[in-house]
Amino acid sequence: MRKVFNTELLSIAQRDPRIFMILADIGYGEIEPFAQAFPDRYFNCGVAEQAMTGIACGVAMEGNIAITYSIANFPTLRCLEQIRNDVCYHNANVKIVIIGGGMAYGPLGISHHSTEDLAIMRALPNLVVVAPCDFAEARAAVHAMIAHEGPVYYRCGYKKEPAVHDGPIDFRFGKALTVRDGRDATIIFTGTIGYNCKLAAEQLAADGVQCRLISLHTVKPIDKDAILHAAKETGAIVTVEEHNAMGGMGGAVAEVLMDAGGLGVRTRRLALPDVNVCKVGSQDWLREQYGLGVPHIVKAVKELLAG
Amino acid sequence: MMAPERMQSYREMAKKVRAHCLRMTHRGKSGHVGSMLSMADLLAVLYLGILRVNPKQPRWPDRDRFVLSKGHGGAAVYAVLAETGFFPKEWLDTYYLDNGKLSGHISHHVPGVEFSTGSLGHGLPVAVGMALAARQAGKKHRVFCLLSDGDCNEGSTWEAIAFAAQHHFDNLTVIVDYNRVQALGKMEDVIEMEPFARKLEDFRWAVQEIDGHDYVQIETALNHLPFVPGKPSWLLARTTKGKGVSWMENTVACHYGAVNDEQLAKALKELEVEQ
Ligand SMILES: [Mg+2]
Repeated sequence: MRKVFNTELLSIAQRDPRIFMILADIGYGEIEPFAQAFPDRYFNCGVAEQAMTGIACGVAMEGNIAITYSIANFPTLRCLEQIRNDVCYHNANVKIVIIGGGMAYGPLGISHHSTEDLAIMRALPNLVVVAPCDFAEARAAVHAMIAHEGPVYYRCGYKKEPAVHDGPIDFRFGKALTVRDGRDATIIFTGTIGYNCKLAAEQLAADGVQCRLISLHTVKPIDKDAILHAAKETGAIVTVEEHNAMGGMGGAVAEVLMDAGGLGVRTRRLALPDVNVCKVGSQDWLREQYGLGVPHIVKAVKELLAG
Repeated sequence: MMAPERMQSYREMAKKVRAHCLRMTHRGKSGHVGSMLSMADLLAVLYLGILRVNPKQPRWPDRDRFVLSKGHGGAAVYAVLAETGFFPKEWLDTYYLDNGKLSGHISHHVPGVEFSTGSLGHGLPVAVGMALAARQAGKKHRVFCLLSDGDCNEGSTWEAIAFAAQHHFDNLTVIVDYNRVQALGKMEDVIEMEPFARKLEDFRWAVQEIDGHDYVQIETALNHLPFVPGKPSWLLARTTKGKGVSWMENTVACHYGAVNDEQLAKALKELEVEQ
């Protein structure tokens, strides 16, 4: 997915001279084409995420679009106050891009996982929070990110995420995408865990349970209508995210339902337990270990319906 | 303007700024007045003699950018902006108060303010980004950033220092309000930066050290930018915290303490301001 991101960004930057990449010494093997094509719009700050974010903000304050880009939580948590005070408070046109959302960098360990980002980023005013699930969404989200005036947090995947959507998509920030329809229950996911959800929905369908599958790629601003329709039309909602259980997408969905009075809908959240992920393994293996495997999703839906 | 007249105008502006800051912090029962008094002379020279800004058009694209990184001293910038016509002076009376026009830390919602700060270590990276963008666009305006001692404790400041030198941003000037007092103590007891000028030279900046209350020295230095072509300029302006009010000068206490009625009258008298 990071290749998709970089390829798309490069093609947009050919036409849009406002785009700068402001990096912190991360992106080997991916960012070189941009650096070569636009040496006057490519700056490596060294391993200095706070300066990267502040500098990007200064660049953006001058009418440009500045992209910060790094691994997992390096360009978010390390420089959170720069994002809050500099970027979000000034509504600066900075796009914060992480590579390896969730546990994509699996065996590298917790320092390279991004599993609190949705909660923390969505608490910041002015910031759009987006987590594409597959290449199609990733590509469309780059265009949406550049077209949007103001800060965006883009939670990119890593390498070979399989497709979730079968056909073309009409991607817009704040508008969830229905991957498949169903009336028995709804599975809402965000990000690349969507593929496990898709497999789970297929398995459930084979067992006679028709799930509506929703990609909530934009966690903020959240698509309230999609959530409320799912609540009214299917009566059961399971959220799935590769993120700590605290305050993430599932929490955001719960907020929408609570503000709507609860609607009597049956709900279940699948997320990472509130522990430090210390097992060593690939992203897929870690997902299984921490309750985000396909069987976990199937089981959660069945249990919810058995209620 | 003849030089002596200009010096007189700087002196008068600095006096007005100091008086405003004393009154504003007195009315708001707010802190940081020592930090404001410390940089009043620097601001007077900047706004009357150096910065190319236009009060009628605060966002004029070719303006010089001035970023106050020591946002806690914002009232002093508000005062100089009001005195130079960016907004009505009456706004100063609302500083720090309910439904006020002016917040305790500097805010970009105020005409003439380039950037909001308040947490230290934020101003310089942003100023560096502005310098980067200006150079890339072939613009001739300059970028100034005013730092405090505390700003220079922050790692983000040093990250930006290294980056600015790496890219030879000679359209960027840092001014340090080097009063050597920070929130909880004097620099020698907190984090000593000396030899400060040499540190910056080692970081490949061009450095000048001056008396930050001497108008001739301030003006001369800032009229010769960049100090060295191809290098960012670092003006280490030695100042006195609480400058102009005898009992505040060089004290840690004047970082937070507001003045009471009696002290306000006494301070204004020392500044020879009509009450
Ligand atoms: Mg100080």
